[in-house]
Amino acid sequence: MFDGLSDKLQATLAELRSHGTLTEDDIDRAMREIRLALLEADVNFKVVKAFTTTVKERCLGADVVGGLNPGQQVVKIVDEELAALMGGTAAGVAFAPRPPTVILLAGLQGSGKTTAAAKLALHLREEHGSSVALAACDVHRPAAVEQLVTMGERAGAEVYRREGETDAVAIATWALEETRRQGKDVLIVDTAGRLHVDADLMDELVRIRKATRPTQVLLVVDAMTGQDAVNVAQEFAAAVQFDGVVMTKLDGDARGGAALSVKAVTGKPILFASTGEKIDQFERFHPDRMAQRILGMGDVLSLIEKTQKEFDEDEARVLERRMRKGEFTLEDFLSQLKQMRRMGPLTSLLGMIPGFSGQQLRNLKVDERELDRVEAIILAMTPEERRRPELIKGSRRLRIARGSGTSVQQVNRLVKQFDEMRKVMKRIAGGKMPDMAALLRQGR
Amino acid sequence: MAHDWNDVFLLDRPEREAVAEAPEARGGFLRRLRESLGRTREALSAEVQATVAQALDEESWERLEEALIMADVGAVTTADVVERLEREATDTGLSGEALGERLIELLTEQATVGDGHIDLRHRPTVIMVAGVNGTGKTTTIGKLAWHLVQEQQLKVVLGAGDTFRAAAVEQLAEWARRAGCEIVTGDDGSDPGAVAFEAVRRGREQDADVVIVDTAGRLHTQDDLMAELAKVRRVLDKQLEGAPHETLLTVDATTGQNGLRQARSFSEAAPVTGIVLTKLDGTAKGGIAIAIARELGIPVKLIGVGEQLEDLRPFDPGNFARALLEP
Ligand SMILES: Nc1nc2c(ncn2[C@@H]2O[C@H](COP(=O)(O)OP(=O)(O)OP(=O)(O)O)[C@@H](O)[C@H]2O)c(=O)[nH]1
Ligand SMILES: Nc1nc2c(ncn2[C@@H]2O[C@H](COP(=O)(O)OP(=O)(O)OP(=O)(O)O)[C@@H](O)[C@H]2O)c(=O)[nH]1
Ligand SMILES: [Mg+2]
Ligand SMILES: [Mg+2]
Repeated sequence: MFDGLSDKLQATLAELRSHGTLTEDDIDRAMREIRLALLEADVNFKVVKAFTTTVKERCLGADVVGGLNPGQQVVKIVDEELAALMGGTAAGVAFAPRPPTVILLAGLQGSGKTTAAAKLALHLREEHGSSVALAACDVHRPAAVEQLVTMGERAGAEVYRREGETDAVAIATWALEETRRQGKDVLIVDTAGRLHVDADLMDELVRIRKATRPTQVLLVVDAMTGQDAVNVAQEFAAAVQFDGVVMTKLDGDARGGAALSVKAVTGKPILFASTGEKIDQFERFHPDRMAQRILGMGDVLSLIEKTQKEFDEDEARVLERRMRKGEFTLEDFLSQLKQMRRMGPLTSLLGMIPGFSGQQLRNLKVDERELDRVEAIILAMTPEERRRPELIKGSRRLRIARGSGTSVQQVNRLVKQFDEMRKVMKRIAGGKMPDMAALLRQGR
Repeated sequence: MAHDWNDVFLLDRPEREAVAEAPEARGGFLRRLRESLGRTREALSAEVQATVAQALDEESWERLEEALIMADVGAVTTADVVERLEREATDTGLSGEALGERLIELLTEQATVGDGHIDLRHRPTVIMVAGVNGTGKTTTIGKLAWHLVQEQQLKVVLGAGDTFRAAAVEQLAEWARRAGCEIVTGDDGSDPGAVAFEAVRRGREQDADVVIVDTAGRLHTQDDLMAELAKVRRVLDKQLEGAPHETLLTVDATTGQNGLRQARSFSEAAPVTGIVLTKLDGTAKGGIAIAIARELGIPVKLIGVGEQLEDLRPFDPGNFARALLEP
């Protein structure tokens, strides 16, 4: 009943595809399914209505009815409309023509502003080489300043705080002066969480905006938000005319319909995706890819990009050669496993591979603790043993098991699986990177 | 079901001597109570009735459906409830205001599940609070502690079990100061189970009435963190058999359909005995609580209506059901 949006749409459209021709009734039935799926994904009721109306009109207009391969055409139309709704290509931060660039973050309580402020600081430092300062303007929540100071430290950004000052506007004004004085490129202003219906706090936000004249105002929105996302976005848009959105907690399994809703009602693009609590789990949001992902077509581009960023290319080439020759060792395996894990939880990576729909992912639980165990076992081996696992017998096995806090059986299993894996690799002629996911599944 | 605080808590101790309250807090509390009552009364008035009092054409059914979906009740639950109402209307000739009342009754029924009490008769009673990131765990604990200390004259110890998030301990410490209770903390990054264990040990040593354990926010999809939660629970039980006596899950009223998955996964890791529906002071209606009650049988026990000490309230299913239909 509660399958992912992509699963739902795929099921509906697969059904359409299997018919030779389509009637208007068929299309209506598909639209009902899509409507339900979108609602379950928390896309706003009104946005859903408008969306299905547009898609239906286009389907009828495009002569899908009675045409050749109508299912494909419907898929294409749904995909295109979804992409159009999500917005075109990815946009980034807009810099001020003359520094400092000021970025103001706003949003509901607990949406992820403070975390996003630090993440954005790190992002700007790493991707644009900017010097970044953070302004601690949340004077309401207990320990909000301490939180930003700690996060700022992790991001390598200075935090401008003023102890004892209870006026957020005064802090913002002072922080901007400080930014100029210290010649920083960017100032990111963290603000208290506030409800869009809280007149006093919304007024405070407006005054912070006036005082700092931000280059960009960003609304921070939790991906789990339901129907209310539209109210929130509209009110914040009216008060502070935000320029873009940061979507947070996208690492969960929320289908993120709020993204569609916010974009549809405000027209503002979603610029960044926050995908975890760690400071580097932050990336540019790709609307086109997101739409494809919703349809279950996989987010191949994101995966490739991620892989490229994390893998050392030369190393990869060397590895590839050794795999082909069957010279792949446990040492190589360990280093690859580590690289793989550096990119984030395996399940989030697998989600980007086409064909891995939400449902399959849920069944395939990659147990991160199992991977910890594998790492521990390999680390407990001598370099010689890692190169020649066939040495691992008898007392060596016992030593490794003890050293890694595992059992002899577990050591045995790993050695056996590795052996299997090596055979598979040799078979893959001109083998590229091995399909880690498949191997892991085999190995369990 | 609970309508006021006396209905929420099960206590079997003779009343303790009243502790004098800070005058400004009291004033603030009364003012807020008046305001919130005023809002509820308004809500009960014309608007709710208007929707359903009109002629029952296709359009008005759709409008009802729309209201429930917009309140995050979810498409499936909405279809179910509206269908039942439609059937009853045809069978019984119910219409107008009576039909409106019946809908509210139906929704109230759906929201009324399980035992809405919080049993404080254990000594100490251990309450663990869990939930997704940023839903309001720490704030709820602060408000609850304040209520137990100031209004119920109980002795409370807090356990700062969120050793992960930046400044989580400092945040809870500030709430402990406001509430006037003791707090047990551990080092950043230390084992949350150890902090929880120590908090209960301290509670027993001090002969406290209630120990409330905070936990780090976590997504229900993170298996390792869900396992950690289960472990904290086991550790509590080791220190005091039967603990935690109450496991509260905070659900942000703004949350959409994902809330049901949250409740399900958390329940699997650590059986949830009650929901705290937070941030109901906004425009979000928290309709997902209906789906959670229906599917999982977990009652809402408390609601959060603001960021101040006194902004925690007992859950009243009737009022909640009415509010769902408010425009
Ligand atoms: N899993 C996950 N957690 C996140 C993400 N972004 C933020 N969080 C967590 O969500 C919680 C709230 O984040 P904050 O940054 O404190 O949110 P905020 O908007 O500053 O909160 P207020 O200042 O109280 O309004 C914290 O536990 C964060 O660690 C994300 O992308 N994924
Ligand atoms: N308006 C409103 N805000 C609330 C309510 N409850 C909590 N908040 C705010 O929501 C934000 C997050 O609350 P926390 O108590 O830090 O949430 P948490 O679940 O402990 O967060 P993490 O520990 O980071 O996962 C804070 O800004 C709180 O002030 C409520 O009932 N109404
Ligand atoms: Mg914050
Ligand atoms: Mg907390």
